[in-house]
Amino acid sequence: MRSGCRRCRLVALLLVVWLMGLTGSRAVGAQEEVNVYSYRNPQLLEPLFAAFTAQSGIKINSVFISKGMLERLQSEAENSPADLIFTADIGRLTDMKAAGLTQPVDSEAISNNIPAQFRDPQGHWFGLTSRARIIVTAKDRVPVGAVTRYEDLADPKWRGAICTRSGKHPYMTALIASMIAHQGHEESRKWLMGLKRNLARKPQGNDRAQVKAISQGECDIAIINHYYMALMLSDPEQLAWANSVNVIFPNQSDRGTHMNVSGMALTRHAPHRDAAVRLMAFLASDEGQKRYVDDNGEYPVTPGIPWNDLQGSWGSFKQDTISLTAVADQRAAAIRLADEVRYDH
Amino acid sequence: MIMATLVSPTVGAAVKLRRLNRLNRWTVGAVFAALLVFIPIGSVLFLSLGDSGDVWPHLIGTALPEYVGTTLLLLLGVGVSVFLTGVTTAWLVTMCRFPGRRIFEWLLLFPLAIPAYVMAYAYTDLLEYAGPVQSSLRALFGWQSARDYFFPPVRSLGGAIMFMGLVLYPYVYLLARSAFLEQSVSVLEVSRVLGKGPWQTFKTVSFPAARPAIVVGVSLALMETLNDYGTVDFFAVYTLTAGLIDVWLGMGSLAGGAQIASSMLVFVILLIFLERMSRRHQKVYQQASSRFKTLPTYSLKGWPSALAFGLCALPVIAGFVVPVLVLGQLSIVYFDRSWTPEFKSYALNSLTLSAGAALVTLLVALFIAYARRLRGGRVLRVATRAASLGYAVPGAVLAVGILIPFAIFDNALDALMRDWFGVSSGLLLSGTVAAVTFAYVVRFLAVAVGQVESSLEKISPSVDMAARTLGFRAGQTLIRYHLPLIRAGLLTAVMVVFVDCMKELPATLLLRPFNFETLATYVYRFASDEMLGEAALGSLTIVAVGLLPVAFLSRMISRSRQLYPSPSTGDA
Repeated sequence: MRSGCRRCRLVALLLVVWLMGLTGSRAVGAQEEVNVYSYRNPQLLEPLFAAFTAQSGIKINSVFISKGMLERLQSEAENSPADLIFTADIGRLTDMKAAGLTQPVDSEAISNNIPAQFRDPQGHWFGLTSRARIIVTAKDRVPVGAVTRYEDLADPKWRGAICTRSGKHPYMTALIASMIAHQGHEESRKWLMGLKRNLARKPQGNDRAQVKAISQGECDIAIINHYYMALMLSDPEQLAWANSVNVIFPNQSDRGTHMNVSGMALTRHAPHRDAAVRLMAFLASDEGQKRYVDDNGEYPVTPGIPWNDLQGSWGSFKQDTISLTAVADQRAAAIRLADEVRYDH
Repeated sequence: MIMATLVSPTVGAAVKLRRLNRLNRWTVGAVFAALLVFIPIGSVLFLSLGDSGDVWPHLIGTALPEYVGTTLLLLLGVGVSVFLTGVTTAWLVTMCRFPGRRIFEWLLLFPLAIPAYVMAYAYTDLLEYAGPVQSSLRALFGWQSARDYFFPPVRSLGGAIMFMGLVLYPYVYLLARSAFLEQSVSVLEVSRVLGKGPWQTFKTVSFPAARPAIVVGVSLALMETLNDYGTVDFFAVYTLTAGLIDVWLGMGSLAGGAQIASSMLVFVILLIFLERMSRRHQKVYQQASSRFKTLPTYSLKGWPSALAFGLCALPVIAGFVVPVLVLGQLSIVYFDRSWTPEFKSYALNSLTLSAGAALVTLLVALFIAYARRLRGGRVLRVATRAASLGYAVPGAVLAVGILIPFAIFDNALDALMRDWFGVSSGLLLSGTVAAVTFAYVVRFLAVAVGQVESSLEKISPSVDMAARTLGFRAGQTLIRYHLPLIRAGLLTAVMVVFVDCMKELPATLLLRPFNFETLATYVYRFASDEMLGEAALGSLTIVAVGLLPVAFLSRMISRSRQLYPSPSTGDA
């Protein structure tokens, strides 16, 4: 590139400086900071970030992105400002790794606190909290013990009694994928077809909306993530919904309840690697884990962290320990299955 | 060219050449602007060339027929609904006098400020099985469960048509109203002299003259319907956009998603074609002489007056009053959970970003539309149409279409700067407010171009000829003569784009910088998890901030007709 005339270069430089001023583009600052792209709701993460900043003096810049985060990271490539990614589901974590957007982290502080089943074997991603996909039933209409397994939901005796959210939502996808991973494709198809036949209405709304429907008598049984119970119990208008249902941790006599994780990953080109790893370690520490339990009612991944009162009242339960990667591998198959049995239609 | 015939033949050639150059500058500039705006659409088309594996065989065997059928029904339903509501109300408030007309003139715009997905949330809260309406009905009639009675489901295709129609009719209303306002008094007077009543005058005079504007309004509403994801997702209505998001994010095939987006553009090209067909052989110019006379209106008495009142009140109540009451009630209950001191800065971000983007959009639209007026030509026509396609692409996909070229530019520039100066410029445009502003311009240019073009079209070329004869250049003619004449149209365009920017979510979410919230992204924090209660306060603020310019500009538009009030009005 020797040919570029000096004046052209000067003009180009001035133009860039001007543009940087105009767009408020951040020059590389000396202050220690960590940049976060998050799929998770900011109101969940902000208190944790504030606690970390108070302790370490490291500033956290975050942006909540839903659709297209992977594409943003991919196109920004080595100039991407992002250090850390947060997700609310295992699928997004494995997607990021598969796209080559993450890098391994080898830190004892982190891996000592997070058991092997909750992290990538190479350290590309780490689960931070786990959530159980539970069944809830109407207290006054479904006898205790009538439903104990996910498989029971396909029983024709529940015709017109079940409500769920869209079969293609990541939480449902992960459940169907875990079915496929355990039972194979054919068994899972039969199950999903049976479940579809038992639906009281076209799948709609989020997990809360299903409990609401039970409390209003529209259906008797629903599948939800466990922490929605805690969220509803603390809401002035939703308390009554939560109180109308019994909580069931399915498949206690065999493989255990299906679990998903929310997690984090270090980006491949993280510009503030050290500070980012400190934040990761903080979130995996006992203090970070305890906050997740108290603020959002999720289960800690670190063993020995005390549960909150609600979790305590439900007691301990058997968790499905199948590898999360094996479940994530069946995601595409699960979505196709939902299409094939026309689950949402 | 007109000029060339007027000057002597010897200097004529030289003058002609110079004029051509000058005119060409407009053309070249407009084509360049259009190309810039086309980049994101082009990159979506490029992405669709990628390999999508066996996504299509799977889709065709399963969900695709439903996606297409649902999309067509939704478009049809919304189209009919916005046409009837928009044209009826616009004609009533412009051409008739009845109690409340002056208030309805601007009240009818208010539903525009409510994001479609917020409308959907509010009405679901109100009308669903657990909502107050059905609960009271059950209590009243002693029904026990859903099996005892029939109530139309809210989360359905019908619901989507109804509520999208309610937020989208203002596009038609606005364009139709400014067309009715701009109509020629002399033609209306002729119609009256010939003994035609209000209905016949509407059918034979007002409607044909306003048709291009109405068609633009309806096609804008349809494009918005096509690109919507929030509402259809919430209502579990599976349109092509819903299928696209599923293929892209569920099946992990961006190429497959881009292919669906590209095939959706076929719908749009069809719409544009229909619009052009409707305008063929049709040139209606106003006679400037009586342009600023007060329109002759019909004074309504008795039941026609009550009917007119009812027809105008209905969309305002259903499209604004009811959802605002629902949101207001929820805001109070959930105030402590949703109020944050940063609210003001979010509102300020929304306001400045939207205002800036609206102005830029208007300037680009004006430039392109005027260049087309100066020198039509196929290249410019195709370029304009292509640039307007952004409105029909779902926001999240369009945002990816912006992300990629911006990052390529930034990374290339960074490499160049490192090479030349050894310093890194990093990402210059990606993840900045500039990228978000660009996204708004790309998305909403169609709105502004449609409005500006249909206003400019009404100005007789004799105005241009006269101005040019007087020695004014193209730019001077635009500023001195055209702008005052199309002021109402320009204000309408800037207002609609502003309100659209306030509501825009998916592109803002993906392209914004760190720690940057607008009201829409703040609402999304809660809305993404269907936490309507917590989202209510933010939604109300979007509506309130969006209403400020609506009210202000609406006054200006009404006044634009009274610039030079003439003493002898044709008022009946």
